[in-house]
Amino acid sequence: MSVFNQSRQTVVRFIFAAIFFVIIARLFMLQVISGKYQKLAQDNAILRQVVYPNRGIIFDRKGNAILDNTIMYDLVVTPGQVKGIDTEALCRILKIDTAEFRLRILNAIVKNGRSRPSAFESLLSPEMYARISESIFKFQPAFSLQERPVRSYPYHAAAELLGYVGEVDSAFIRRHEGDGYQSGDYAGRSGLEAAYERELMGQRGIKILVKDNLNRPQGSYANGQFDTAAIAGKNLYTTIDMALQEYGEKLMANKVGSIVAIDPQTGGILALISSPTFDPNYLTGPDRNKHYAELQRDPALPMYNRTVLALYPPGSTFKPLDAMVALDQADINTSFGVYCAGWYNDCGIPKRCAEHWVGHSGDMTTAITWSCNSYFFTIFRKIIDRHPGDVEGGLMEWKAYMNAFGLGHKLGIDLPGEKEGYIPDTAHFNKVFGRKRWNSCTLVSMGIGQGEITETPLQIANSMCLIGNKGYYYTPHIVDSIAGDDTTLRKFKTRHETTHIPADIFEHVIDGMEGVVNQGTGQNAKVPGIAICGKTGTAQNSYKGIVQKDHALFSAFAPKDNPKIAIVVICENAGWGGNSAAPIAGLMIEKYLHDSISDDRKALEQRMMNLNLIPDRIYLARDSIAKARALAAAEKKKMDAEEDQAGSPDDQEGQLAPKPAPGATAPKATPGAATPAATIPGTKVHGAMTPAATTPGTKVPGAVTPGTTKPDTKVPGAATPAATTPGTKVPGAVTPGTTKPDTKVPGAVTHPKKPTSGDSSNKKKDTSSAPLQNQAILNSSEQKKNKPRPIV
Amino acid sequence: MNNSKNPSIAKGVDALSIWLFYLIALIGILSIFAVEYREGDNIVQSILGIKKEYSKQLFYLGIYSILGVVILLTDSKIFTTMANLLYALGIVLLLATFVPGLGKEVNGSHSWISLGGGFNLQPAEFCKIFTLLALAKFISRPETNFTQPKSHLIAGSIVVLPALITIMQNETGLALVYFCLFIPMYREGLPPSILIIGFALGVLAVMTLLLDKYILLAVLTAIAVVAIILLRRQFKRNRNLLSMIILSWLLASGISVFAVPYVFDNVLQEYQARRIYALVGKDYVRHHGLKAEVQTLSEEDVKHRKAKAQSTDYNVKQSKIAIGSGGLFGKGYLKGTQTRYDFVPEQSTDFIFCTIGEDFGFAGCIVLLGLYFLLLYHIVTIAERQRSAFSRVYAYGVASIIFFHMAVNICMTIGLAPVIGITLPLMSYGGSSLLTFTILIFIMIRLDADRHMILR
Repeated sequence: MSVFNQSRQTVVRFIFAAIFFVIIARLFMLQVISGKYQKLAQDNAILRQVVYPNRGIIFDRKGNAILDNTIMYDLVVTPGQVKGIDTEALCRILKIDTAEFRLRILNAIVKNGRSRPSAFESLLSPEMYARISESIFKFQPAFSLQERPVRSYPYHAAAELLGYVGEVDSAFIRRHEGDGYQSGDYAGRSGLEAAYERELMGQRGIKILVKDNLNRPQGSYANGQFDTAAIAGKNLYTTIDMALQEYGEKLMANKVGSIVAIDPQTGGILALISSPTFDPNYLTGPDRNKHYAELQRDPALPMYNRTVLALYPPGSTFKPLDAMVALDQADINTSFGVYCAGWYNDCGIPKRCAEHWVGHSGDMTTAITWSCNSYFFTIFRKIIDRHPGDVEGGLMEWKAYMNAFGLGHKLGIDLPGEKEGYIPDTAHFNKVFGRKRWNSCTLVSMGIGQGEITETPLQIANSMCLIGNKGYYYTPHIVDSIAGDDTTLRKFKTRHETTHIPADIFEHVIDGMEGVVNQGTGQNAKVPGIAICGKTGTAQNSYKGIVQKDHALFSAFAPKDNPKIAIVVICENAGWGGNSAAPIAGLMIEKYLHDSISDDRKALEQRMMNLNLIPDRIYLARDSIAKARALAAAEKKKMDAEEDQAGSPDDQEGQLAPKPAPGATAPKATPGAATPAATIPGTKVHGAMTPAATTPGTKVPGAVTPGTTKPDTKVPGAATPAATTPGTKVPGAVTPGTTKPDTKVPGAVTHPKKPTSGDSSNKKKDTSSAPLQNQAILNSSEQKKNKPRPIV
Repeated sequence: MNNSKNPSIAKGVDALSIWLFYLIALIGILSIFAVEYREGDNIVQSILGIKKEYSKQLFYLGIYSILGVVILLTDSKIFTTMANLLYALGIVLLLATFVPGLGKEVNGSHSWISLGGGFNLQPAEFCKIFTLLALAKFISRPETNFTQPKSHLIAGSIVVLPALITIMQNETGLALVYFCLFIPMYREGLPPSILIIGFALGVLAVMTLLLDKYILLAVLTAIAVVAIILLRRQFKRNRNLLSMIILSWLLASGISVFAVPYVFDNVLQEYQARRIYALVGKDYVRHHGLKAEVQTLSEEDVKHRKAKAQSTDYNVKQSKIAIGSGGLFGKGYLKGTQTRYDFVPEQSTDFIFCTIGEDFGFAGCIVLLGLYFLLLYHIVTIAERQRSAFSRVYAYGVASIIFFHMAVNICMTIGLAPVIGITLPLMSYGGSSLLTFTILIFIMIRLDADRHMILR
């Protein structure tokens, strides 16, 4: 029987073998052919944990820490484990609703996946942290608190200089590919934090952990042989004098402008003030995003570091440079003088000079002291016309001097985004006027630092170093040394010998500048006991083609021999340079060299601190932004209300719209009125008042309002009855903004053009961002794009 | 070894089987160790403490080795004489699980008997041995003529009876093992058509679960039509052929369209039906002829079912990741992240094969499969050298049971078979599984040692 079926053993063996073959084939497919399982297993089991190093600390020249690291906490969530926790309780603590809760969970899943932790609420406020930490056990393991090192600023100063640390965006990650940034990381985004990001950041460590199926770390992977330790960031030792920096910020309160103070002996920056500024602590902590948006919206551009980004015509502060070139190159000596009785007539249209008395331009030194325009027109033309018939050659030779003085190119300060300034060359004039169709008269205004020339405040201050040092400068820099790094800063230790101008030329120019402070235009800068050499400047400027009030400039160095500080002070639209900029510079120098202000100068100090020089248009823009928001809010409210009513909004608008004001009522007394788009509140409009509505943004005295209005506003003339803005359907009386204290508005400022809604939105565009300078527009327009435009 | 002058225990004992037995069992213990061991554990202490699974398994292996020696020392006649008695005992124990108070429910299965003191007995596990002995005994009876359908029927009943009871205990996986005993029956003369028909019915049942019944009907019809067209020339010679095709078509259609749904909806309990459906990864919805019932499934129910389906799915997915990530040569012993950090559930029992796959890769799997294949091939050789039908049937049965367990278990871990809780022979952690296979193999070795005897 068994013999009969013996062949069947082969069948059984075959069945066994066949199944084995199937299994082996399948294993071969899984293990050898398909490669995806290795990665899946890695994703399952490997947890890469970034170990953040401490960011480097920044010290001032006296060894005080300007900023420090503190710990704040993020509430992080692992979405995969949220199930079953008391959502209600957590929402109550965080003061959010459950819809918001779900949204955040969803965001977290999108960002990092279900099983990886992502921030649920970042940078908790101390109260919030206290409240969450006492009940966090209820929400674990889904929620936990994670340390997040954050900057703190004990001095509450030097915000633009230091910059801020912010979360990296995708563009940043792309730019720094290979540096290992991941979304959620923080990096320096401006100022020193950005310029020295590499040094400050240190080296992130990576801990590779293995985790189990519930995402719990189970110890290091491969005994930590692939881990890298975190290396703390390097400390920066700067040349900044924090006492001076703070003092300068106080002096520049309520002014738009900047101060740059440099130690001429080393090129180290002592103070770098851009005003208006803000407390750097404002951009850390839980509300940083809100504050950031606020600062971005401010028309005075507090986050814009004017010291290296803004370009100004140097005005008369430029004159000493011209003088040096003329003495060095043109056929004049220091006793060369011109006759000036208040006008320069050699180039057709007479040009005005500030001084009228004959003798203020008798020689080089007095001409600098009294800042004689005629004198510098003359010598500038001598420089340009040095080779008869070859203006181009003369200009290029002059330009070479200027470039050697550090103008027209970046100086190389260790701050991001430094501007080059502009020293025009022949190509520029050939393009504008045509070849051979310009001459020294065409360029003459450049002789007094006007025209095409622009400089950053840093460049002006640097030229003071150059003069004070009699012919050389060091690249201005903030960081003097980096802990454990000797190579990065070597470039700041090279002396830039500029030209071969002999020392005696410098001495004459310096004498002239000493005279400026002692008896000339800059007497307000005088400090007893310090020999200050300075130069005032009053720079004409315009904004969008409209002439604005002059910028006040004062540049100086002190003491006269072996100068220890070179400084420039710029107050935008503050008028004559001797009035505001010079005393501020004097106080700064005194503060730095004497460490304190002498008692008899305290009154001046107080006056300068309280002086408000913020241009009107900034108040106007601030107002209009605030107003636009109020209007938008009110309109929204009204729209909601109107939805219940029968009449369509368009009909009502048509009835309400007043007739356009008669054209004659708009006097064209000011240049501002010439362009319909610009209404400058400073322009005084005397004349018949229209009963018509005013546009938002103009201050209507009659309808003034819940805002902070200065009591002594003088309002001659009748107030407008029921000032409404056509197209907005909202009473114009809503002015919740701040109103400039000492504005004199003798009547309503009327818009010269028919105030249609389209027009008013146009106007809003112009006033909402008020860059202070035509050159600055380019920069600010970038910011403007990101700015939420008010809807009116 | 086969030395008559040396009347020791080793006389006639098959050394290769014992070597393979210990080799595979030790590989199993090392695999369990790899699952459980964490850096810094005190191994000696753990082994002596018998707290960890690997130490327990080692302990079991020691105890069972003694049992193996005891088996080798017994007279092989005892197995033939005791076979029917043991079978009866097994059936009684199986039925005892239904007695309230004795039976115990573990994870929804009613296959356990509570012995008190925390010990539970799963008679279905041991009943395999008894059934196999009874089957061998029946076939080897001198009065049995295994060419007769009657004896086929009796042999079939011996196998199917415990299987049915086990199905009622809700242990479908264990029940399926019994059906592999048709392989020794085939060897002894069961017509292959029965196996083929049985296999076809199995395929049909699975297809019924997998496919929509109308699609299945169309497929069956198409097969019948193709068969008729291909075989049309044969009809003249064999008149029955046409009617056979038509009959089987009708039968298959009837089973798939009416019988299977009827059995699921009316014969089986709802949870049983759901389990069977779950094997093929489908939701079972009971049809009462009332559509309303279908729609009033509570949300909770749906969630529950989905979670259940997902968890089965999760096991297989993680186990595939574990094995797949091993690559050609594996990650190295104790370096597998999948198996060591609890990603694969039931790691040391049903999914122990993952450890080999992950730590030793394809090469390791080939070696292990080679060992199993060698064992099976060798057992078939042993079976074929028996003079006694009892020993032969028994050895074939051992090979079949080991083969079925191994094939289904490994196919489970690599996603070729549904997860039905069948252990990997000799490797999976668990005292009763190891005990069963120890007894199975050592009885076979004992019988083989006496292969010149004719046992009745």
